[in-house]
Amino acid sequence: MPSRILISDPTLRDGSHAIKHQLKKEDIALYSKLAEEAQVPILEIGHGNGLGASSLQLGTSLISDIEMIEESKKHLKNTKLGIHVIPGFATIKRDLNSAIDAGVDVIRVASHCTEADITKRHIEYARNREKEVYGVLMMSHMAPASILVEEALKMKSYGAQGIIIMDSAGAYLPANVREKIRTLVHSLNMPIGFHAHNNLGMAIANSIAAVEEGAVIVDATIRGFGAGAGNAQLEILVAVLQQMGYETDVDLYKLLDAADIVEKSFVTIPYVTSSSIVSGMAGVFSGFSKPVERIAKEYNLDPKDIFFELGKRRVVAGQEDLILEVAVNLSQLR
Amino acid sequence: MKKIRVAILGSGNIGTDLLIKIQRSKYLECSLFIGRNFDSPGMIKARGLGVQTSDRSIQAIIDNPDVCDIVFDATSAADHKVHAPILKELEKKVIDMTPAKIGEMCIPAVNLHECLDYDNVNMVTCGGQASIPLAYAIGLIHDNVDYIEVVSSISSKSAGAATRINLDEYIETTENALSFFSGCEKTKTILNLNPAHPCIDMQTTVFALVQKPDIERLRAKVDEIVEQIQNYVPGYQLLIPPTIENDRLVIMVKVQGAGDYLPSYAGNLDIINCAGIAMAEEYAKKYFL
Repeated sequence: MPSRILISDPTLRDGSHAIKHQLKKEDIALYSKLAEEAQVPILEIGHGNGLGASSLQLGTSLISDIEMIEESKKHLKNTKLGIHVIPGFATIKRDLNSAIDAGVDVIRVASHCTEADITKRHIEYARNREKEVYGVLMMSHMAPASILVEEALKMKSYGAQGIIIMDSAGAYLPANVREKIRTLVHSLNMPIGFHAHNNLGMAIANSIAAVEEGAVIVDATIRGFGAGAGNAQLEILVAVLQQMGYETDVDLYKLLDAADIVEKSFVTIPYVTSSSIVSGMAGVFSGFSKPVERIAKEYNLDPKDIFFELGKRRVVAGQEDLILEVAVNLSQLR
Repeated sequence: MKKIRVAILGSGNIGTDLLIKIQRSKYLECSLFIGRNFDSPGMIKARGLGVQTSDRSIQAIIDNPDVCDIVFDATSAADHKVHAPILKELEKKVIDMTPAKIGEMCIPAVNLHECLDYDNVNMVTCGGQASIPLAYAIGLIHDNVDYIEVVSSISSKSAGAATRINLDEYIETTENALSFFSGCEKTKTILNLNPAHPCIDMQTTVFALVQKPDIERLRAKVDEIVEQIQNYVPGYQLLIPPTIENDRLVIMVKVQGAGDYLPSYAGNLDIINCAGIAMAEEYAKKYFL
């Protein structure tokens, strides 16, 4: 059994969703310092949907990707700085190249879980720039384990040094996580990671299930600050892993202090709303939560109805424009 | 009636779908279908339709320049850069389906007639064909367009290997063309692939930030332009007419294909091919008939 777990903390990336991508420079400075002090190994930063994703479609960031990276980098020494990159949003020339120039250490190139071949050039480019590169399969609940293995193998062949599967909709139960992680660990012979969302209250349980099946990278955020119902709560995860005898390198005491500090600052504490539960059941991307709330209000609709309809259409992350179309359709049906 | 002879370079999905569409054209006939491998599905399809085929790529036209007046290049951007000077030398009208960006950008609903003055036109991208007429309408009605963004979702099955490896070029080409046709400097393009079964139709949303939106005039202009596009792309439909939501101007369209070589969900291939054929027919009418 592996005894060391690599913690990757997307507080300043997934958390952006929770505050409509309005992270301020001082928020970034504050949390970067605290993460460094608590010896968090990787801190991920950016728009909720990653590099180059600031848009009318997904919400515009308060400050640019590069400003975020530069601000965070100022306060980091041992903690590595990571970014999430989705081809189709971020291009190499416009976005990735300058992010690497600005000092990013870890590049996580992501695609919808069945579309790994779109990550080839971005992974190869980041490897050529001698960065630590992971492949990320988003919305992984939408494909069976055998397909996830095929897609992960593609990313591995492009040069990814590990694969993270995301439960982007918070749809998994522990048994689902066990089956998928077990299959990936046995088929891939490389580090496998897991990224949880808490729509069904399973974020910690699912992360632990992943670790027990051999996952060695786990994503978690301070106070669970993240899209929709939030992520696995970092302080809990580190505490539980410690109780179970795993090493994380994180200083739990300082991390707990950090959580107390940031919850008085920019971190809003997520809770599992009724529509988050529906979003998890319908398997809809957690990042849809804020725009669904807004559009439901504008069109006087029940957000639950919108989530179920989006689930029926099998929408993927990035298709936020469909929320409006679904709302217009539902309001015409009345 | 006399038909004008066209050659299709490239026997992949785009080339083969063009071939089938040309069978229906009143003005065009395919005199040579050119690939690299006689056993590829496209080449087999062409022979099945009784169309002459060659596996010698551009050399087939060099060796027999009288075989056609118009050439569709449906190979790749890198190959088109090689083909373009050769075809110019041979005085062919060239419709470039690749993202090589050598010729004049052509969006039939916007600049079909202006393009007749050029002997090499570029069909931009599928997302560009779906969105640029709408972006053009936004630019036409408004003086101050601060920003235009285009989001397209296409079914995974309709995105071939070339599309997938060239996402960055797709984005860059579409963004440049959006700026060119709308007059708005700041543009952004996003592409999503969706693997759902049954396959989703191509859907494109245009967002804009406009200082004083004139929704009434824009709606009238968009209706007019949509009708114009429907003349050459029958499966083009307006889903959401110009609407203001959350301070964004939003227009949404859907494109269903004709179901020629690929099923109807491949509206992305259909729209760029329909646009290319509209241009070829215009060349035929002006220069050769």
